[in-house]
Amino acid sequence: MPVVEVSHLSKHFVRNAGLLQAGTLVKAVDDVSFTIDAGETFGLVGESGSGKTTTGRCVLRLIEPTSGSVRFRGEDVLGFSRRRMREVRREMQIVFQDPYSSLNPRMRARQIVEEPLVIHRLGNSTERKTRVAELFELVGLDTAHLSRYPHEFSGGQRQRIGLARALALNPTFLVLDEPVSALDVSVQAQVINLLVDLQQKFTLTYLFIAHDLRLVEHICTRVAVMYLGKIVEMGPTASLFATPQHPYTRALLSAIPVPDPDAPRERIVLDASLINRNAALREIAAGHFAAI
Amino acid sequence: MTDRAPLLSVECLTTVFEAPSGSVPAVDDVSFEIHHGETLGLVGESGSGKSVTALSIMRLVQPPGRISAGRIRFKGRDLLELSERDMHRVRGTDIALIFQEPMTALNPVFTIGDQLRETLLVHGRATRSDVQAQTVALLEAVRIPDAASRIRDYPHQLSGGMRQRVLIAMGLACHPSLVIADEPTTALDVTIQAEILDLLREKKALLGLSLLLITHDLGVIAGTADRVAVMYGGRIVEAGPVRDVFRRPQHPYTRGLLASMPGGSPGQRLRAIEGSVPRPGALPPGCAFNPRCPDRFDLCTSAPPADYRVGEDHTAKCFLHDNATTPDSRTPSTADARR
Repeated sequence: MPVVEVSHLSKHFVRNAGLLQAGTLVKAVDDVSFTIDAGETFGLVGESGSGKTTTGRCVLRLIEPTSGSVRFRGEDVLGFSRRRMREVRREMQIVFQDPYSSLNPRMRARQIVEEPLVIHRLGNSTERKTRVAELFELVGLDTAHLSRYPHEFSGGQRQRIGLARALALNPTFLVLDEPVSALDVSVQAQVINLLVDLQQKFTLTYLFIAHDLRLVEHICTRVAVMYLGKIVEMGPTASLFATPQHPYTRALLSAIPVPDPDAPRERIVLDASLINRNAALREIAAGHFAAI
Repeated sequence: MTDRAPLLSVECLTTVFEAPSGSVPAVDDVSFEIHHGETLGLVGESGSGKSVTALSIMRLVQPPGRISAGRIRFKGRDLLELSERDMHRVRGTDIALIFQEPMTALNPVFTIGDQLRETLLVHGRATRSDVQAQTVALLEAVRIPDAASRIRDYPHQLSGGMRQRVLIAMGLACHPSLVIADEPTTALDVTIQAEILDLLREKKALLGLSLLLITHDLGVIAGTADRVAVMYGGRIVEAGPVRDVFRRPQHPYTRGLLASMPGGSPGQRLRAIEGSVPRPGALPPGCAFNPRCPDRFDLCTSAPPADYRVGEDHTAKCFLHDNATTPDSRTPSTADARR
């Protein structure tokens, strides 16, 4: 059974509504469905405005979806009471993109990592202290730095703090929203390796939201490509990268800058007229769907 | 390499920032040349000094920063000796700088037409009577659709890619011979990035420009630059023809960067560089990369290495290329590499 089942998820926003002006309806997420299996890394890719971040937040109910359903281990997340939701959040956590703005600058690193334990009333202060030190070591931070403030850490270390905090409650499912895109190139690989190690160690399930397709190809088992709020193509990573079917996927993959001066550069420019916005996803190879 | 004198030659440039604790070099003894029609890629991570290098060439470093040493020869003149008035003429007309953030580089309260018209008029490239036509032509040249009506738009009404096109149009307005593009595509989506890079390549070929392309993305460099200079800790640690540097990287940092990129075999661990990028002012002694370097030996912490020639027009600042030390004479350094 899949860990996460998203079906017909939509999130609409009203933009520019004023006193005398009706707003325009923006379908940020438009009828999106996918499932994520246990221990899998499911990639959600797309450009800014494609709805990938909104989808991730709707799955955790950090944003209330307009319609559709999200099931976590078979249970309907959107039907949960506040109290039940709070319990379930122990299982589902998120790591944000920007380790500079997502950590409270006035809290010490140990307080940041401890906070979820305090909120969920887990353990006494001695137990929490042990747990925080354990988490620090788990993500490769030096326990001598527990009392430091976020600004005293580098970007990569800050992202490790964010990860330690997300792992504090022993979640099984993590939404990783662009977890390395704010980091220096030479540090990204460290954090990616750490994510892979942690996943193996604790059998974590990841929803990996990213725009860096090289990274997605590297760590995801399956990928969904979003374009203007819809999933236009979805399938096993190898199949999708080798034989992209949707015009948008083709254009996107051909635009990846390859770090090889001799790589052939045949860029496919997106011809929007080739896209049928009403096409439904259909299976074109085993597990590989495209809206064509 | 051509026999002609280079268009731009930066010699031993050092730019420091005055801090209460003393001067901190952000750019430390940097030298490079750009020839006519050439694209030099300057690659580095945050704090490596690549943007300060660009600002130094334009003499736009703001206090507490200042250029403390070096020469910047452009078309036979040393830019550092020019009067502010002469330098003002060089900026925009001879050398154009295209910034990273098109939203902050454009003035939000004027239409893009106003801003382009101003550029043309200030530099005497248009008269009152033909400025309108020239403005539209400039926008058309960077392939902004429906340019004639777009000139009435304010920056916030344009997408990121369109704003970057406006900045390129502005940069090209006065027919500069050198364009410095500082992370011109970093804030953009990958398909828009590819379009902007195509546009820069096309304009460069069409107008015979030289380009200094500053980026942290080795993929962008590989597809666009002729030569590449890799910066780390304020210094150029490796420089050479792009193919040579990517095929046979000679500095452990360049090697590490190329090896750490995903793209080889999915599912495998990435070959990460340990440690983190040093902050300016907190550089380790000797080679700035030594705490993170897998090949470190005793000499590396003693003094900064000089440039060693490692190939045709290819240099690396690394003691591994010092013929005076043989692999047997090197004592591996034992200190903790994960500082």
